[in-house]
Amino acid sequence: MHALLNSKWSKPVIFLLCLLPLAMLGWEALHGELTANPIEFITHATGDWTLRFLVITLCVTPFRKILHLPELIRFRRMLGLFAFFYACLHFTTYIWLDKFFDLSEMWKDIAKRKYITVGFTAFLLLIPLAVTSTAGWIRRLGGKRWQMLHRLIYFSAALGVIHYYWQVKSAVIRPLTYGAIVAVLLLWRLFASLSKKKQLRIDAATVRPLG
Amino acid sequence: MLIRRPTDLTYSDVTPKSVYTQRREFLRAMGIAGVAAFAGAAAWRLGLPLDEVYATSKLDIATKSPFSTTEKETPYNDVTHYNNFYEFGTDKTDPAKNAQKFRTSPWAVSVEGEVKKPRKFSMDEILKIAPLEERIYRHRCVEAWSIVVPWIGFSFSELAKLVEPTPKAQFVAFESFFDPGQMPQAKYSGLDYPYVEGLRLDEAMNPLALVGVGMYGETLPNQDGAPVRMVVPWKYGYKSIKSIVKIRFVGKQPPTTWNRMAPQEYGFYSNVNPNVDHPRWSQAKERRLGEIFKRPTLMFNGYSDQVANLYNGMDLKKNY
Repeated sequence: MHALLNSKWSKPVIFLLCLLPLAMLGWEALHGELTANPIEFITHATGDWTLRFLVITLCVTPFRKILHLPELIRFRRMLGLFAFFYACLHFTTYIWLDKFFDLSEMWKDIAKRKYITVGFTAFLLLIPLAVTSTAGWIRRLGGKRWQMLHRLIYFSAALGVIHYYWQVKSAVIRPLTYGAIVAVLLLWRLFASLSKKKQLRIDAATVRPLG
Repeated sequence: MLIRRPTDLTYSDVTPKSVYTQRREFLRAMGIAGVAAFAGAAAWRLGLPLDEVYATSKLDIATKSPFSTTEKETPYNDVTHYNNFYEFGTDKTDPAKNAQKFRTSPWAVSVEGEVKKPRKFSMDEILKIAPLEERIYRHRCVEAWSIVVPWIGFSFSELAKLVEPTPKAQFVAFESFFDPGQMPQAKYSGLDYPYVEGLRLDEAMNPLALVGVGMYGETLPNQDGAPVRMVVPWKYGYKSIKSIVKIRFVGKQPPTTWNRMAPQEYGFYSNVNPNVDHPRWSQAKERRLGEIFKRPTLMFNGYSDQVANLYNGMDLKKNY
């Protein structure tokens, strides 16, 4: 497993896998399978995949620790950037195919419609993360500050779920499922950080100077 | 009662099925070239999924209705593959897949309550209540999309005449068929079943309110509410209840499914109204299926001349 994850092919393979949802949309477009309301279908598909990639990105750290697979970190940036990529497609569908680049309409919508306000905020929060995803930016910001900044993904994912929940009419099972998964992933972090602090206190208490 | 006629009276011939099938072939062929040019708009109209075989049969239409619009009909394939019928799943494409084995025969509709002659109608009897008319209506969903459908049926008032409502009858309550065995997806939809709807008696007696038994020259496909449904074109789509098994004339306003689910979002009246937004989205515009640009939504879905007088003196912002 370790060898597989460390192989030089693993990144290109995962890159191509991440493009599959887009390829599927293209295939469906060519075969007229975007339903009678293609704009809605594309909006929903790209939104769904944004949430899925946010969830997958949030899975990296817990999986690394729980499964003892530190190599998984190699894919985190790419997965996060794919979440941003699908968020961009989702936003583009909205601004282009739904609003036809009518910016004043768009701002009115964002101000007036709560689900669009939170969705747009979730999208905005991802922009600094995408911009600072390079090694250069980690160096410039310093590891600690960079990590603090990148915790914005927690809020983006949570807002993304609310954005979904607020627009379904009655079938809340799917947004609630995303909500439950995101909640578990965030709670795991909370407990992990609490037990780490506790561990640090115990370590500090036991490592008393000897003499 | 004075019934005013719609302004768009002239009846335009229904496009024969063979013609729009050819049109689809043409689009499919054209599309391959179109993809490169504009992958978005033109491309997705191509190569629509092949029509599945439905157990629909031809219906003889006696008359064509003056209530028909002359607007272009939505293709049959769209009206049968883009449905809200939550008993069969909440995705638009679910009902076409999941309703295929829905048993609609034998079928009976029980008409009861405040009537002098309550009775159970078999489907054969329903088809003989009145001469079948074709009515091409606009249909506006609360989700801000719309279609134009050539329905077949007769005014609800024809049915009411047969059972003779008593003076106590003020409302009509409708109930859909529900069988969790045939509708296993229903439990994930977040709605309570059976689906129920209601109209004020004078709304139901308006000649526009149609008992629908067919569309596009044939009986209703399962996913469009076979074998008998209501079509109330000036109200949001969910008021046009599908697959009816019970009609009850009552004295008090009956509960309705979506109103019960979220009363602040879906009122009893649910008249199409571009000036009253859904709390979460705008109702000012709609996307006609098959079109890219949204078009303005019309008051009462364009049926003001026929129905506006039903609501004289009412605050439609309160009575949404």
